[in-house]
Amino acid sequence: MNWQEFFAMGGYGFYVWTAYGITFIVLVANVVVPIVQRKQFLRQQALKQQRQDL
Amino acid sequence: MWLIPDPVVRFFHRMASPPHFYAFTERLMPWLTAVFVLLLGCGLYGGLILAPPDYQQGDSYRIIYIHVPAAWMSLFIYVVMAVTGAIGLIWRIKLAEIVMISSASIGAGFTFIALVTGSLWGKPMWGAWWVWDARLTSELILLFLYLGVIGLYGAIDDKRMASRAVAILALVGVVNIPIIHYSVEWWNTLHQGPTVTKLDKPSIHVTMLVPLLLMALAFKVYYLIAMIQHARVELLQRERNSQWVKNIAAGSAK
Repeated sequence: MNWQEFFAMGGYGFYVWTAYGITFIVLVANVVVPIVQRKQFLRQQALKQQRQDL
Repeated sequence: MWLIPDPVVRFFHRMASPPHFYAFTERLMPWLTAVFVLLLGCGLYGGLILAPPDYQQGDSYRIIYIHVPAAWMSLFIYVVMAVTGAIGLIWRIKLAEIVMISSASIGAGFTFIALVTGSLWGKPMWGAWWVWDARLTSELILLFLYLGVIGLYGAIDDKRMASRAVAILALVGVVNIPIIHYSVEWWNTLHQGPTVTKLDKPSIHVTMLVPLLLMALAFKVYYLIAMIQHARVELLQRERNSQWVKNIAAGSAK
């Protein structure tokens, strides 16, 4: 099987790859968003604590 | 408690303590990620490359490798949410409340995936993006339940009170779970019946079944990873005034 055939998915390429693409985006977002939130939160807390220490 | 071995009891006691949970999950994460990548890689390779095309549906059936595991997870996570919600209501364990609310957006994500991939599968096979079939409708209600949980939690400022309200909503919504599961048997509609869970004689070939189960396991591990990431933020925010969070914040600034 070559790559062209693989991406064509027997003529159903649009449906199959859109399904996989949307799944990928949702799954990645649900992990990346909380990691970014945590980093932001810790940065803000650290700043707040530094101000309090002064 | 003599039924449960002592180390197990001690493990759960420790995990219920926020700083322990935070430190333990940090060490656990690389292992979970490695297991997830391995399962996902094998599942996708088996499903997209090794498994033969379906004799009726051709290659379009390959959506099954995300559609079915996502649908299973949408039900599984809802049950986890209801159980941890009940534990939080009865014993007031903070970490149970956090696991409950951290599961909601992942459950909503999987429900959304199940609906969208089902739609993308339905268009070429049924000729329609959407039908008001019992299975589809009850799964859509599940999405609304998840969104209701997320919205309700966000609307109440006192997070312990919010957790109690959400737990009650989650428990009431559990009635929808058997409806979704049995919808294909109770109502004779467009969505096909179960092919995998007839364990005595599954009507799916083993070369198609193995990747499906690998993907289901991969999604389970993914749920753990994503839930833990949500839980860690939630935990820090709730405990922002305690010394251990202050230490972590001070340490992260260096």
